[in-house]
Amino acid sequence: MAMVDEPLYPIAVLIDELKNEDIQRRLNSIRGLSTIARALGEERTRKELIPFLSENNDDEDEVLLAMAEELGVFILYVGGVDHAHVLLPPLETLCTVEETCVRDKAVESLCRIGAQMKESDVVEWFVPVVKRLAAGEWFTVRVSSCGLFHIAYPSAPEQLKSELRTIYGQLCQDDMPMVRRAAASNLGKFAATVEPTFLKTEIMSIFNDLTNDDQDSVRLLAVEGCAALGKLLEPQDCVAHILPVIVSFAQDKSWRVRYMVANQLYELCEAVGPEPTRNDLVPAYVRLLRDNEAEVRIAAAGKVTKFCRILSPELAIQHILPCVKELSTDSSQHVRSALASVIMGMAPVLGKDATIEQLLPIFLSLLKDEFPDVRLNIISKLDQVNQVIGIDLLSQSLLPAIVELAEDRHWRVRLAIIEYIPLLASQLGVGFFDDKLGALCMQWLEDKVYSIRDAAANNLKRLAEEFGPDWAMQHIVPQVLEKVSNPHYLYRMTIIQAISLLAPVMGAEITSQKLLPVVITSSKDRVPNIKFNIAKVLQALIPILDSSEVEKTVKPCLVELSEDPDVDVRFYASQALQSCDQIMMSC
Amino acid sequence: MMGSESDAPPPPSSTPLDWKFSQVFGERAAGEEVQEVDIISAIEFNKSGSHLATGDRGGRVVLFERTDAKDNSTRKDLENSDYTVSHHPEFRYKTEFQSHEPEFDYLKSLEIEEKINKIKWCQTANGALFLLSTNDKTIKFWKVQEKKIKKISETNLDASNVKSNGFGPGLSLPNGDFSFPAGGFGSLRLPVVVSSQETNLVANCRRVYAHAHDYHINSISTNSDGETFISADDLRINLWNLEISSQSFNIVDVKPPNMEDLTEVITSAEFHPINCNTLAYSSSKGSIRLVDLRQSALCDNHFQLFEEHEAPGSRSFFTEIIASISDIKFSKDGRHILSRDYMTLKLWDINMNSGPVATFPVHEYLRPKLCDLYENDSIFDKFECCQSGDGSRVATGSYSNLFRVFESGSKEATTLEASRNPMRRQVPTPAKPVRSLPSITRVVGRRGTEAQVTDANGNSYDFTTKLLHLAWHPTENLIACAAANSLYMYYA
Repeated sequence: MAMVDEPLYPIAVLIDELKNEDIQRRLNSIRGLSTIARALGEERTRKELIPFLSENNDDEDEVLLAMAEELGVFILYVGGVDHAHVLLPPLETLCTVEETCVRDKAVESLCRIGAQMKESDVVEWFVPVVKRLAAGEWFTVRVSSCGLFHIAYPSAPEQLKSELRTIYGQLCQDDMPMVRRAAASNLGKFAATVEPTFLKTEIMSIFNDLTNDDQDSVRLLAVEGCAALGKLLEPQDCVAHILPVIVSFAQDKSWRVRYMVANQLYELCEAVGPEPTRNDLVPAYVRLLRDNEAEVRIAAAGKVTKFCRILSPELAIQHILPCVKELSTDSSQHVRSALASVIMGMAPVLGKDATIEQLLPIFLSLLKDEFPDVRLNIISKLDQVNQVIGIDLLSQSLLPAIVELAEDRHWRVRLAIIEYIPLLASQLGVGFFDDKLGALCMQWLEDKVYSIRDAAANNLKRLAEEFGPDWAMQHIVPQVLEKVSNPHYLYRMTIIQAISLLAPVMGAEITSQKLLPVVITSSKDRVPNIKFNIAKVLQALIPILDSSEVEKTVKPCLVELSEDPDVDVRFYASQALQSCDQIMMSC
Repeated sequence: MMGSESDAPPPPSSTPLDWKFSQVFGERAAGEEVQEVDIISAIEFNKSGSHLATGDRGGRVVLFERTDAKDNSTRKDLENSDYTVSHHPEFRYKTEFQSHEPEFDYLKSLEIEEKINKIKWCQTANGALFLLSTNDKTIKFWKVQEKKIKKISETNLDASNVKSNGFGPGLSLPNGDFSFPAGGFGSLRLPVVVSSQETNLVANCRRVYAHAHDYHINSISTNSDGETFISADDLRINLWNLEISSQSFNIVDVKPPNMEDLTEVITSAEFHPINCNTLAYSSSKGSIRLVDLRQSALCDNHFQLFEEHEAPGSRSFFTEIIASISDIKFSKDGRHILSRDYMTLKLWDINMNSGPVATFPVHEYLRPKLCDLYENDSIFDKFECCQSGDGSRVATGSYSNLFRVFESGSKEATTLEASRNPMRRQVPTPAKPVRSLPSITRVVGRRGTEAQVTDANGNSYDFTTKLLHLAWHPTENLIACAAANSLYMYYA
């Protein structure tokens, strides 16, 4: 065995562990591949390390994935772009692996390297790789090849280009649906590199074949191609070639295809322009909004605002709004929920009058929906409606909805509404808030569920930030401090938590006058959990308070706690004391 | 001209095949007790017929490979192989692995058996074999691959001297200050790997699809799109993506809001072999439903229903029990569905729901014995069925380790016994009683005589030895069937 100099020892270990039995060690070595390469030098990396990696590719997927990733940024270590082609063989073999994520990463790295290679090198080295993969025996290899054409194509001379187009066409008709799917999902990228003349002829004919594929899973991906190709074609070509496909896809037998159309339709509208949108796509969209399948309606409802934005207000009011009205009473709660999360975005599109006349009733009915998710989605977008119609019109309906959600028996619903309280407060203003919501915020501090109490404490802090310390001094602090004598220690803990959150917002003076005394008193609590939490709170208060106060009040209290019989209390107290001393030192 | 002739399916009036014993694996020696864990519970050929997998109650999967085909066949050969060799196909043991282990569901206080309920082959890739195996609750995706045995012959450091390792705080790699010479360090070298010609087969569990079934999984089936599969339990069918084990979609749910209203359960489900959107499932009430996955996300509505109504006069207590379908199989071209209920095999044309195109009596002679069969629970036995690759013949199992092969278009059956001498027993069809041959037909039952029933002809049936699982080779006339722990193969 060879002897190795001391400074090289770690690198030697790293190299040896490329073949260690433990997968973690091998993984670690692969991650350090750049260090190994630098230690070997560029020439030996090219002549030894890269061939070594090419040969030893029967490892676990995790290791292969890391290798595929590392090789993508390896040009630097093999001597620059001129030598980039040496990296292709190991990545080519990684493209054959059956685990999809490894192949995808290898393709990504190949693309990255190919994009940097000189044009002549692409033709000499990269194109042959693509052709070999496309003609591969197993479907995994052919799947990988589909993602490489857009890199190979631009550099290829005329004849080779035509060959590549032909090969791509064959991949789109492969026996294996997996290959056709890969070809369909990469078609947009490839088409973007193809010259306009061939785009209209060859690529469109490939695309047409895909749109008529027997496998639903292939047609699904062809829908995505519609948007991508639509953006590449001239508007009139798009209307001639893409529009009929979309219209027929919108009526496809498979709901999954229609679902994809519902998701993509607004992008297609942008591609085809306003006139065909009005004539063909609005009716298609209206059909999707009234689809038999709830999943399709969910997708369509979720895009209603985006779609309306590219229409004129008249069109939206005339065609889309009636559907929206129907959807607001849809039998599926998920449809109503999807609608509720976007419907407020329609307000600016429709303008104030239409919003008040038509949208508001829908909005109010959703606010009374029997499913909490629907109501929550409306409330979460409250700022949008406020801008259009103002809060006065709403508050009557809003308040009962909020109160009901605040007392919902599912704690996740209560949690969600708490999250929106600061938003509501900022929209509704101090006056409204004091009257109606203040009591609710206090009530949550005594919820049965910890997450709610925790969120409630945090909510108080955010309210104090929103309305300022003076307001908080009047409306929050007294009520909170009152609760510190709750007989149950878990509720007392919440109050301690609230105090520690409020202190930074309230500032030094209020903290030392109002909050600190309560904390100090609580340090005498009989429950150790309270006491060590007090120690933590005191530690947090140290930076806020002024040093004399710390010396006079905080420290003696901590000293006392540090002699507590309970080990945890002593631990946290001593930690707090330490940071106390540190701060004193730095002053 | 001649080529097109040979492609056509044989005429329906084909003569019964002459079945011969081919091979047996795991044959029981005389007097040897069968271990419960060794009993075979699933048999499946892959698409080309080059491999066969069996699963057993001990949670093991055993793979066999065909030996008469060329070893280095190409993908095209494997995908659509058409063996024209004259001698019959032979298989050899390839490997085995432990697929499932016994588990305990602590939430429900339920033991989960390791027994393999079904095996399905997936698309071969890179020379590796892929298959799905399932027990009652959990489906697993396996990759079986040959790996060359490699040895590391040279390293930088003597293995015995390496004290610390490259990761963790023990050793720190050279940092920014450390300068690498342009030519690199000559003293460092890469490990030298010597690969021997020896290979070993490694089975790797790639994915586990769990926690999606409240009831026992009775079937799994892969889709022709190569990316999805379904799993069916008593009340629900779930759709999975092969690459995603964390979520599945419920596509069929027959659970009534109140379990007391439950009258029908799902017994078997299978994807159409070609149409990616068509799914068939059978029920305990003897119906088969076809659903179209394109119509909606929840496929509670079928587009085709196949059921045969019993003649009104013949209804009895057992009518519903024996109508329960234990297995369905699509024909290779997807045109027909073969179903097995307790008494018969039925062949359905998927375009004709008025009634089966053929009904093959399997257990007609047991009709007088239904009471006994009910009492010893045999009436609930789930027999599988299979169809020959060309669709001209069907086969299913029976008691006393017998199985029967029917020619399409004829009710004549060949009855074979899963033993080295398959033609030993010629069970008469009830219509034509023949002279009894008690001395030959007598089968020594493991549990003595109480499980045996002797019919009017003096033929006896042993209900403890039942042949539930069998499979027909996709391209050859070769049937693999399981008799307890033994795998028998017959060819014609």
